[in-house]
Amino acid sequence: MLVINTCKIASRLAIRSLQLRSLNASRTFSTGLALKQKDVVNVTFVRANGDKIKASGKVGDSLLDVVVNNSVDLDGFGACEGTLTCSTCHLIFKTNDYEKLPDKPGDEELDMLDLAYELTDTSRLGCQITLSKDMDGLEVHVPSTINDARAA
Amino acid sequence: MGSNLLNIWRRGLHTSSSRWQVFQTTTPTKRICIVGAGPAGFYAAQQLLKKLDDCVVDVLEKLPVPFGLVRFGVAPDHPEVKNVINTFTKTAEHPRLRYFGNVSLGVDVTLQDLRDRYHAVLLTYGADQDRELELENERQGNVISARSFVAWYNGLPGAENLSPDLSGRDVTIVGQGNVAVDVARMLLSPLDTLKTTDTTEYALEALSRSQVERVHLVGRRGPLQAAFTIKELREMIKLPNVDIRWRSNDFSGIEEQLEKLQRPRKRLTELMLKSLKDQGKASVAGFKQFLPIFLRAPKAIAPSEMEFSVTELQQESAVATSATERLPSDLILRSIGYKSSCVDSGINFDARKGNVRNSEGRVLKDETSGKVDPGLYVAGWLGTGPTGVILTTMSGAFAVAKNICDDIASKALDTSSAKPGFEADDKQIITWDGWKRIDAFETEAGKAKGKPREKIVNIEEMLRIAGA
Repeated sequence: MLVINTCKIASRLAIRSLQLRSLNASRTFSTGLALKQKDVVNVTFVRANGDKIKASGKVGDSLLDVVVNNSVDLDGFGACEGTLTCSTCHLIFKTNDYEKLPDKPGDEELDMLDLAYELTDTSRLGCQITLSKDMDGLEVHVPSTINDARAA
Repeated sequence: MGSNLLNIWRRGLHTSSSRWQVFQTTTPTKRICIVGAGPAGFYAAQQLLKKLDDCVVDVLEKLPVPFGLVRFGVAPDHPEVKNVINTFTKTAEHPRLRYFGNVSLGVDVTLQDLRDRYHAVLLTYGADQDRELELENERQGNVISARSFVAWYNGLPGAENLSPDLSGRDVTIVGQGNVAVDVARMLLSPLDTLKTTDTTEYALEALSRSQVERVHLVGRRGPLQAAFTIKELREMIKLPNVDIRWRSNDFSGIEEQLEKLQRPRKRLTELMLKSLKDQGKASVAGFKQFLPIFLRAPKAIAPSEMEFSVTELQQESAVATSATERLPSDLILRSIGYKSSCVDSGINFDARKGNVRNSEGRVLKDETSGKVDPGLYVAGWLGTGPTGVILTTMSGAFAVAKNICDDIASKALDTSSAKPGFEADDKQIITWDGWKRIDAFETEAGKAKGKPREKIVNIEEMLRIAGA
């Protein structure tokens, strides 16, 4: 439900993320009121250094929406805003989860993934993944860009 | 001695809050100057503002308008790619960022002056020159660079008078990168699809009179070394009323190598092979033609044709044979890469490679010692050379910004003394608000024509609108 940044953050960052958290909490809460609990899908983003970021969206949101709406701290994520012209929302799925995804990637998505760093057989673009209720609890890995790898 | 001890004792009596005040006043604002408001500059600024909460970032841009190649390079029919402008705008509107448009390094301000005024200077002014074929007659009228052609249709100030001669039937593009493919697509696209883009009005007018029917896209090496990416090729294949004609000879032995290729290269090659299989025996009447040609190296230029050496691959390099081929070429577009220019004598510039000598974005002192010049950094194409998509530039800029933060933390970069930052003299400076006035004007002017914007090309006009 909340953006929870784990470990290794300086205190001022913690304060900032607390502010962010309350901001998100109120935002999620306001939509949450209108939504039935069953429409909420919890997702965990796992950074290359192992940090886990929990966030939530509603059924029908894309994983890019989840990152944007929760202000998940992933630098440069979603540069083209979901228009399939970049690969900055590259996410890596566990094999099981990947195989359960209802839609297979189309040519255009694969074309963009081909330009991504650390491409795997279970890579997808977050903007192309639509949340369904059975994805609740999903964990996806965020590839380490040069930046993340060095920060880790 | 005694009074010293007393002072120390007194100081010890200060409350922690007053000590904090003393600490704050003795830690000056960290001032960082970024030269060039393109993707590398904005991505670096975004990262610096995030990681250093006591820094001010000033962005200097030669032109009045920001965004560099996102505005002047990205093809007009790829508006989605320009969505990054929204992220850049957020960065630009950060309270600790100041934008100074219309300030040119090496003309209005020297590098030394900037280094005196900032703790760190990050050069991100890109690559504004192009590599040449180094052939005789390269300066003749029918040879232009793809870079200047792109600048022309995208409205880069100074490029509006290019007047490319589109009265002939055959265009030869030398080079097969994505810039080359962009240019081919602009020449072959139905005009109606370009009319709703931000292609400049004069370019649309010239393209409407174009007699170009065939575009050759020539590369020195083979299909497995093709430099264009798959998205750009797929677009060419889907282009309406254009027949794509491959040479089957170029693909002999290629299918057999598919299995050992990495996925991106494999998918690109499979798409070329599929397109080759799909092509009809005869060309389609009334269709324009797109003709990718491999294994040909530029040899000579004549008034309406170009001569190429037939090449062979040896360890992935193209080696010229004695055989040659001539291609009809009413217009020749050179697209074999960009290089940067050295705008200030204080920059350790490698003229041969066309970039700034650096180690992970830290500019080196000289050609040989390998020592870093503290406080001077480079990111984007100016440092890496002109390769990669925007993701590449983004990752690179983030990494250099991280290095600046690390250098400040490790005190490799001295930030103990206060720095004044940039002060404008008599020259008209364009602020971010000034750019917003230009932006609003362009958007409004585009509306009437069904375009996202009609770019202003004249600098005087930009200054006038920004200053209003």
